[in-house]
Amino acid sequence: MVDMTTLGDDAIAAKGWYKSHRFLILRRLSQLGILALFLTGPWFGLWIVKGNLASSLTLDVLPLTDPYVLLQAMLSGVVPETAAIIGVVIVLLFYILVGGRVYCSWVCPVNMVTDLAAWLRRKLGIRTASQISRTTRYWMLTLTLILPLVVTGGIVWELVNPVSMMFRGIVFSMGAAWIMIAGIFLFDLLVAKDGWCGHICPVGAFYNLVGIKSLLKVNALQRQACNDCMECYVVCPEPQVIKPALKGEKKGLSPVILSSDCTNCGRCIDICAKDVFSYGGRHAIKIDEYKREGEINRGVRV
Amino acid sequence: MSESEKRNELNRRQFLGNMLKTACGVGLVGLGLGAYSKRASSMPANYIRPPGALPEEDFLGACIRCGLCVRDCPYDILFLGEVGDEVATGTPYFIARTGPCEMCEDIPCVVACPTNALDHELKDIEESRMGLAVVIDQESCIAFHGLRCEVCFNVCPIRGRAISLDMQHNTRSGKHALFIPVVHSDACTGCGLCERACILEEAAIKIFPMHLAKGELGKHYRLGWKEKDKAGESLVTPDTEHRYNLPEGVRYDLQGEGLIIEGEAEETPFSSNPLDTLNSGFMDK
Repeated sequence: MVDMTTLGDDAIAAKGWYKSHRFLILRRLSQLGILALFLTGPWFGLWIVKGNLASSLTLDVLPLTDPYVLLQAMLSGVVPETAAIIGVVIVLLFYILVGGRVYCSWVCPVNMVTDLAAWLRRKLGIRTASQISRTTRYWMLTLTLILPLVVTGGIVWELVNPVSMMFRGIVFSMGAAWIMIAGIFLFDLLVAKDGWCGHICPVGAFYNLVGIKSLLKVNALQRQACNDCMECYVVCPEPQVIKPALKGEKKGLSPVILSSDCTNCGRCIDICAKDVFSYGGRHAIKIDEYKREGEINRGVRV
Repeated sequence: MSESEKRNELNRRQFLGNMLKTACGVGLVGLGLGAYSKRASSMPANYIRPPGALPEEDFLGACIRCGLCVRDCPYDILFLGEVGDEVATGTPYFIARTGPCEMCEDIPCVVACPTNALDHELKDIEESRMGLAVVIDQESCIAFHGLRCEVCFNVCPIRGRAISLDMQHNTRSGKHALFIPVVHSDACTGCGLCERACILEEAAIKIFPMHLAKGELGKHYRLGWKEKDKAGESLVTPDTEHRYNLPEGVRYDLQGEGLIIEGEAEETPFSSNPLDTLNSGFMDK
């Protein structure tokens, strides 16, 4: 069992505070920076990006459109404008390359809420076990894609989608959307660890599928250095993705975290005192080294 | 059954059971969402969609709630629906009484829309149909009291065609005119400038969504005089002219007088003003 009171201490001792929080800080800067780009207009009259995450226009030239919401619109029978198609292609290409769930950990504002809930859970020692399956999100995704086909209300999911609601709330007006956000916070805090982002959210499920073959991956190339402290499992929002890469050496599994559930958040990189993890390409395993290791460890060619 | 087979069987059962549970749960969420979507998109009558908005059902499918129309409106009249509003969350609307559409010639809100929820075919703002102005309270509208107002008529951007003044006789004073504002649905865009300008505490002229403001004639209806104009002649067989074999000096007139003996003084219990007859019942009381 990992001692929550000393969680991260080893990493700080080994690497210093900054290096053991680097990607956490960068992610917050990314999340808040994106919000700031949308807010300089309404707050200071300096229009850098207009719109919101559903569709935006940067500096009056660059259109960006959320493929998930546009897909729902198209399922209800819409033929989008050229700008929206260009916007979707750009967004899709980006997430296909860097990993779909980069949206979840580097862009989505709800991540800050659920990260806070997860942090508090650890601090307060709340250990309620979730009965919800991680596949629920795919059922939800299917549901949200079927609803526009059968209900006359159009893009039904957008009536309640807390992800777009929170972003729109901050950039335009919040209204009662904070109740939804508070609900997610309490759900994650008291009911299920990573309940919303890891189990239910269909937006994340969609981006998960987008990044199923993404190039940017976290790897455990230095897995032989692992001292089994288990802290990476504690901080990881999708801990099931770590084991094959970290502990799969004997089974000949790649040290790259291949599961598209991985959000590329980099918390495992930060928290590891032994620098086991790092960012790298999907195929950028140092193949020779990998083979040599295999030969040394098991006396066979991999 | 061996031990491992039993375990497999259990796992399979567990797996199927869990899957069923998840599916049922998500199904319930779906039902709830479907029901909520009906309520959440009921649209209060005074919430008007921006110019070029598709019919409501199509609009709700096409609008991706990005708010770009809101940003590009130079008069900042557009709002996005919030959670709990009776308008679909994140969709744009305006309220004519407080912020009507100023009818920009270049229609920036439509240009900004990435999905055609605001129809890009709309190039001329005068062709837009956001709603329809209705002089809904003729008891309060001071024009009906014979007072000169005509503010709605004067602020109308398509003055004369969308709102015209109909001069009527002022029966109260008996010698003045009423200048009654009349809205014409073939020209009114529903911009709402008239509603904002109405001088009353509560506007007597209001914008309503088309489906609330407009009646519709039965499809089988044909207006005889229009058909006559179209065909160039009457479509029914003309009445045969009546001939009466009456003695000399006597004629017959169906409309009111019956047999008329020429030269005899006309005497009738009825006033020459038909309104006197029609109102007589009320007058007696």
